[in-house]
Amino acid sequence: MSRAFKDINEFNTWQEMNEGCNVYESATSQYFNTGEWRVDMPTFIAEKCKQCLLCVPVCPDSSIPVKDMKRLDFDFDHCKGCGICAKVCPFGAIEMKKEEN
Amino acid sequence: MSIRERLSGNEAVAVAMRQINPDVMPAFPITPSTEIPQYFSAFVANGQVDTVFVPVESEHSAMSAAIGAEAAGARTLTATSSCGLALMWEELYVAASDRLPIALALVNRALSGPININCDHSDAMGARDAGWIQIFSESNQEAYDNFVQAYRIAEHKDVRLPIMICQDGFITSHAVENIELIEDDKVKEFVGEYCPENYLLNDNGTMAVGPYAIPAYYMETKRAQLEALKNAKKVALEVAEDFEKISGRKYGLFETYKTEDADYIMVIMGSAAGTGKEAVDELRAEGKKVGLLKIRLFRPFPAEEIVEAIKHVKYIACMDRTESFNAQSGPIGNDIRTALYNAKADCEVINYVYGLGGRDVTVESLKSVYEALMEIEKTGDAGERYRYLSLRD
Repeated sequence: MSRAFKDINEFNTWQEMNEGCNVYESATSQYFNTGEWRVDMPTFIAEKCKQCLLCVPVCPDSSIPVKDMKRLDFDFDHCKGCGICAKVCPFGAIEMKKEEN
Repeated sequence: MSIRERLSGNEAVAVAMRQINPDVMPAFPITPSTEIPQYFSAFVANGQVDTVFVPVESEHSAMSAAIGAEAAGARTLTATSSCGLALMWEELYVAASDRLPIALALVNRALSGPININCDHSDAMGARDAGWIQIFSESNQEAYDNFVQAYRIAEHKDVRLPIMICQDGFITSHAVENIELIEDDKVKEFVGEYCPENYLLNDNGTMAVGPYAIPAYYMETKRAQLEALKNAKKVALEVAEDFEKISGRKYGLFETYKTEDADYIMVIMGSAAGTGKEAVDELRAEGKKVGLLKIRLFRPFPAEEIVEAIKHVKYIACMDRTESFNAQSGPIGNDIRTALYNAKADCEVINYVYGLGGRDVTVESLKSVYEALMEIEKTGDAGERYRYLSLRD
């Protein structure tokens, strides 16, 4: 039996498990909000940004969306707050701050 | 007509592999199983099979490559022994948990140390809890027959688990015996095509294999895995029934030898079962009511079925070809005692460790086991219940 991703949850019984926890769909990692793990939070300072896009490829979680060759604000559902983007930014356009709440 | 041959156990298994014609074989040589990939790579070089042979750099890589190939949808097998299996340890659990029906020819050899290349079952017993189906063979013929049946059990939709076909290092792997092979086309038809429902290279569906399972999912997944392993019992019997139709040879979960009216039974596994049957015959000739039970399917353990066959007996010897260092019993001793206890059977069980690192197992030594059981009956004193056979002291 193959269970659809939308039907996999913590109420499933052992009889309802997919073989080996396998997932029979692709691109499902977007449903896993790794942003909940964050301790430090990156802040995007748009006026300092030159749109060099150096930050985009170094993000391990593809959490810097790009539209029309320009980066947008962070995808905070998935950003884990690792700070690599802030390290590579030559213009100080990303600052790491303690996450509030 | 079947084909009369004389083959070593390793060659017999390599012939079974040629007849199966798998998609992928990653392997790394180790004594005493080296000949299996050696013979098989000759089949590859001669164009007798379509298999991709992957000469990997270690057994860790061999099982990793097997997992990748099997997950991709390829029928995959490998062979190893002893420390080679130990080096696969991490991957063995992954193969089972990912529900990949890989077949592994294990030629049993002692684990180091002290370093030793001869037979015992410590390698297989180290992998006992990995979730693989484990089948043990007494003779070259059984090693061949069990390998031909392997994929039908492992790939069954109610099972989908890796399978280990074990035979005793040197004793059967290198000894040449008369053997009956089944014709190539009959084996091919018996084994059939591998058509998994889900696999990574499937154009018509995507999948992710082996994802991380947080505590909310891990236990349910393991329980489901256990159910699949339990199903292997029923499937092994169905496959054996079909196998009898093409071979005339009958297999069960275990074999009983003169147990029905026996007062003393030995439970044993692997090549020493043949020696044990000879011991039974000699003692029977003296009027002693002795019998033997040879385990074929060790994992899953056919506990209820074995209990049914032996619970009428008062004195049982469990023979373990490994030392598991709990200082009270070996794996077979553990499993048999648990099964008898659960069935509330009133039997005296003596556990013997025997044949470690290739120590000779003779008819005389196994007769002495039965004689020890008779002595216990006579004196009413079981004495030490965990014993070593043929040990100098």
